[in-house]
Amino acid sequence: MKRHTIAVLVNDQPGVLQRVSGLFGRRGFNIESITVGTSEEAGLSRMVIVTTGDDNTLEQVTKQLYKLIDVIKVVDLSANPMVGRELALIKVTADPTARPEILGVVETFRAAVVDIGTTSLMVQVVGDTEKIDAMIELLKPYGIRELSRTGVTAMIRGNAR
Amino acid sequence: MDAQHATLRSKEEIKENLKKPEVITGSEILLRSLVLEDVECVFGYPGGAVLYIYDAMHGFSDFHHLLTRHEQGAIHAADGYARASGKVGVCIATSGPGATNLVTGIATAFMDSVPLVVITGNVATTLIGTDAFQEADITGITMPITKHSYLVRKAADLPRIIHEAFHIANTGRKGPVLIDIPKDVSAELALFEPSTEINIRGYSPTVTPNKLQIDKMIKAIAEAERPIVLAGGGVVYSGGHEELHEFIIKSGIPVTTTLLGLGAFPSGEDLWLGMPGMHGTYTSNTAIQDADLLINIGARFDDRVTGKLSGFAPKAKIVHIDIDPAEIGKNVPTDIPIVGDVKTVLQLVNKEVQYTEKADAWRAKLAASKAEKPYSYTDSDEELKPQWVIEMLYEESKGEAIVTTDVGQHQMWAAQYYKFKQPRSWVTSGGLGTMGFGFPSAIGAQMANPDRLVISINGDGGMQMCAQELAICAINKIPVKVVIINNQVLGMVRQWQELIYDNRYSHIDLSGSPDFVKLAEAYGVRGFRASNKEDARAVWQEAMNHDGPAVVEFVVRKHENVYPMVTQGSTIDQMLMGDAE
Repeated sequence: MKRHTIAVLVNDQPGVLQRVSGLFGRRGFNIESITVGTSEEAGLSRMVIVTTGDDNTLEQVTKQLYKLIDVIKVVDLSANPMVGRELALIKVTADPTARPEILGVVETFRAAVVDIGTTSLMVQVVGDTEKIDAMIELLKPYGIRELSRTGVTAMIRGNAR
Repeated sequence: MDAQHATLRSKEEIKENLKKPEVITGSEILLRSLVLEDVECVFGYPGGAVLYIYDAMHGFSDFHHLLTRHEQGAIHAADGYARASGKVGVCIATSGPGATNLVTGIATAFMDSVPLVVITGNVATTLIGTDAFQEADITGITMPITKHSYLVRKAADLPRIIHEAFHIANTGRKGPVLIDIPKDVSAELALFEPSTEINIRGYSPTVTPNKLQIDKMIKAIAEAERPIVLAGGGVVYSGGHEELHEFIIKSGIPVTTTLLGLGAFPSGEDLWLGMPGMHGTYTSNTAIQDADLLINIGARFDDRVTGKLSGFAPKAKIVHIDIDPAEIGKNVPTDIPIVGDVKTVLQLVNKEVQYTEKADAWRAKLAASKAEKPYSYTDSDEELKPQWVIEMLYEESKGEAIVTTDVGQHQMWAAQYYKFKQPRSWVTSGGLGTMGFGFPSAIGAQMANPDRLVISINGDGGMQMCAQELAICAINKIPVKVVIINNQVLGMVRQWQELIYDNRYSHIDLSGSPDFVKLAEAYGVRGFRASNKEDARAVWQEAMNHDGPAVVEFVVRKHENVYPMVTQGSTIDQMLMGDAE
């Protein structure tokens, strides 16, 4: 089972996310993460979907996506050198005594503290999935109160395509 | 055919008037757009959310509208119309329950790639999402079973949307397209200008195949010693039956036609092996398993055809021709994939293909097998056998009828014992297996072909799922001949319970069915019944001589089963042969 990151350029129509996610659901394809936002062209949105499966599954995912009238283009990003990033906000328990230690972790990961409460800190971290996973692991001992991840957005590197 | 429906005005006359830009309501835009799409017949059922549309239809005579007695009848009729004509079938229903009553019919058409434009009303845009009276999210509900769908927000979008919908429904891999029109949009005034251009970014089905792949196929044919063609519904839908015929005759490759492919190749000809799969011929199934080259033309390797996938066509190199790239490699790994329109592909292939010299022994072997093991049953003079009834219908109609069926044993016997000479003469629910489809689809088929004999073959189970449409046959004098093969039981379910569930017959007894002759007469349709051969032929001839719709009930042997049969989990050459064993 390989992990694949695909970009899907779609018409910015009501219901298009439902069409795409519904297709994954009913055909038994896995969605590990899905992000949607505007693209470089007005009227078109770009979805980035991380899915797992063998090469045949990926081929079927691509072909089935192309059958949707609102799908303009499907690109297998992970077949190329790719930059994939996600963002996470982590609210971690931080009594004043624990703060210096936590700030040390934040600094090492080039993350940022974006909010401070009386007994907590909100940490913002950007990076690939593995980096975010590692950051969460390190913050766990202090007590994670709330965690929110965006899912992966990605692009092929400059000269690769 | 139809007293109420006089000849429509000439299309040119209407169209010239309609093309003038004019400010009209969304409902009028809809009707005009339908006329401009050459729609001649619409099946529908009014209700609150489509009142404006039906108001605009009051006195409107530029296409026929048939009021069915249930929305399911309307959509199956539109489906039958599309399958028998090659045109787009159209139906209209109101919001909520009207729309959800279409779901089975939309799924039926989707599975069998039938072009439909399905128009539903919805509550006003201001009420959408409020759980308003008769509101249902029909675009959401039908997303998995439509090729595409539209929720119309502005009347001004209607001309473009309707034009696109017809284009999408009837190009590429065909299928149903839903247009959901909120009530206020159908009342809204807008400037009507006919839409004549199609510009759908990202939608351009591949019609012309890759030449290199065609070359590979030609080479594979030249090398093959045991080639076989598996032809499906795609041949019929692309209009490529003549090209298929030329291909088979030129190459000498034996051909088997799937359930939806019946009629794609004339069934009487020597190279035709019959139907493959679960109830296919011995020769088709063993030939597929022995073949060294299998050329799939417009079929989708349905599990009813392949049986156990891992043991399907184990020795064959696989060529798969399909307009839908997603079908290629979906179920069966393909050696030579060819994406394109079947007709176009075969035109290119026919320019180069040579007679398969190396396959002489193969042809001879299959011809002998065909002669030795045709479909067979043990006839009886005491009881009416369903297979005999189908053969009688074939003889009496000289194979010229359009036959529609419901789903079950009678469907398989019709597929086995009625021999189809031409495409679009066979209308059946293959993919979804929809009971209730057979009779209303015949009404559509008859509307598309007023001058042809349309026979609708049903079981006593399925007939009771849409029997109410007898009313529209009576009212509109639609002369469908409705056959009921009555074995007083859900036959195919009984057959499975017998073979696979150890004779534990669970809830299959249809005792308490109506007297079908009286039921027909209650609707004003002539009814006939027969339970022996002599009566069967006589009442059939009488029904045929009757100028109008008729219901003919054949009371047949209860315990008759369909053979051959491949049970689930078996490879297709592991057939139960029944009587012939």
